[in-house]
Amino acid sequence: MSRESGTPVLEVGGLRRAFGGLVAVNDLGFAVGQGDIMGLLGPNGSGKTTALNLMSGVLRPDAGTIRLMGRDIAGLASYRIARLGLARTFQLVRVLDGMDCRENIRAGLAFQKPHLPAAEAERRIDTLLDRVGLAGHDRRPAADLTYIDRKRLELARALAAKPRLLLLDEWLAGLNPSELMIGIDLIRSLKADGITIVLVEHVMNAVRALCDRCVVMSSGRKIAEGATADVLSDAAVVKAYLGGVAADA
Amino acid sequence: MTARTAGLGALALAAFVLLAFVPRLGNAYYLALAISLLQYTVLATAWGMFSGPTRYVSLATTAFFGVGAYTVAVLGEILPWPLVLLIAAALGAILAAIVGLSTLRLSGVYFVIFTFGLTELIRQLVVWFEVNKSRVLGRYVFVDITQADIYWQLLALTAAVFLLGWLIARSRLGFALRVIGEDETVAKHCGINTTFAKVALFTISATVMTLVGAIMAPRWTYIEPSIAFNSMISFQVLIMALLGGAHRLWGPVLGAVPLTLLFELLSARFPNTFTIILGCIFLLIVYMLPRGVAGLFEKLAAAPGGKTTQRVAA
Repeated sequence: MSRESGTPVLEVGGLRRAFGGLVAVNDLGFAVGQGDIMGLLGPNGSGKTTALNLMSGVLRPDAGTIRLMGRDIAGLASYRIARLGLARTFQLVRVLDGMDCRENIRAGLAFQKPHLPAAEAERRIDTLLDRVGLAGHDRRPAADLTYIDRKRLELARALAAKPRLLLLDEWLAGLNPSELMIGIDLIRSLKADGITIVLVEHVMNAVRALCDRCVVMSSGRKIAEGATADVLSDAAVVKAYLGGVAADA
Repeated sequence: MTARTAGLGALALAAFVLLAFVPRLGNAYYLALAISLLQYTVLATAWGMFSGPTRYVSLATTAFFGVGAYTVAVLGEILPWPLVLLIAAALGAILAAIVGLSTLRLSGVYFVIFTFGLTELIRQLVVWFEVNKSRVLGRYVFVDITQADIYWQLLALTAAVFLLGWLIARSRLGFALRVIGEDETVAKHCGINTTFAKVALFTISATVMTLVGAIMAPRWTYIEPSIAFNSMISFQVLIMALLGGAHRLWGPVLGAVPLTLLFELLSARFPNTFTIILGCIFLLIVYMLPRGVAGLFEKLAAAPGGKTTQRVAA
């Protein structure tokens, strides 16, 4: 709920990106305060993933600013943004299949500056395996993992860098009800650690349970912003996003 | 683990010392064959150092090999030999860095085609320069280097390449390249400067290839572009590295040795149908041994014990 007085962790303003004639993100602006979880919602094709790609440096914006801890990162290379404290997961889960779980997580922390001493890095990997529920699987090849374990591993890799800001792109999608409960608890525990999160999600129960605030996009534009309960009952949001059907899922 | 590493290191050292005595056998044919074996071992290992972890298939081996050979053809008689090698290495490194910076953004088949085209481009440039500027098409290489000297230089380069490859594989750079080979997008989001990592290793690999070309040049007394830039070298090195298994440092040598011997035999017995047989061998390798001989060894090593190597935690 809080919007602290200091510099927001993430501040986006006037963000725009077009692909040919299609404006995928149009004049998008919002801010996320320290320790908040912000939901980024909208129907398929509304520009959420493009927005994440602009923030994480996969795409260069045509216009606008993206400030991470007050520093403009718009147009920087992905690896620089990663080293400045932004980590993400992907809509289609991406783990390193040819490596074991331990190496997957090591990839997340080995290239952060300053480099950790080896012993400390290994300790942090153990902590992270434990944290996401993969303790004892450290030597298991990532290719052998179940779907939820792949998601866990991807999250552990993102957390390995001790990010200030974590972008989760439909991380809870495709989980069964009991796995969803585990996933929600896991993300909530990250918030307790003070990690600021932008959550792109279609699972409304998770959005209600986790997000302090939400921004809703439609056709590249922001159509609503505010406290989660207010936004989800907003008439324009219900119309654009849910096609007029109330979401009691 | 360290005891095992030390043991393997001692074994490798003993092998190199033993191999150093090959020229003392006094048999010119065996020496020539040994030179071929070392040449392809170094080329295939250098190829695997870059293409193994990154999975970028390069057909530029010939380009770098040829630049090395031509450096010797032009400067061999003018400058002292170590300086010639140094200049060749520098030229190869500079060329590789330029090529790397401009092409490693390409991926998949585009990179393959570009590297193949690069060889042709450099060959044509050399022809144009020689015909229009130097007014010669071929050059004689008169340097005071014996076959045994060539062999020893290649052997030293082989040792250097294995040592370098071993060090890189254990380094942060080596790990970065494996992550890039697995998923380049993830690599970038892990904070890896992927362009730097790829260009660095491409340059190291190309410098070694250039040195092989330079060391080999005195073997021919006459050099012209079609000899120095023979694109068959690129393909043979590729086949050898794939047969051996490019995902391991010691993989390509397992392909280079049998195939060099086989090519030697085939080109002597079937000079006219050699390339057809070569094509069939290539198809068989890709179908039967997708992870190369090294992959086969790993499988055999893993099979009897079953769970001992990999899936302890499962």
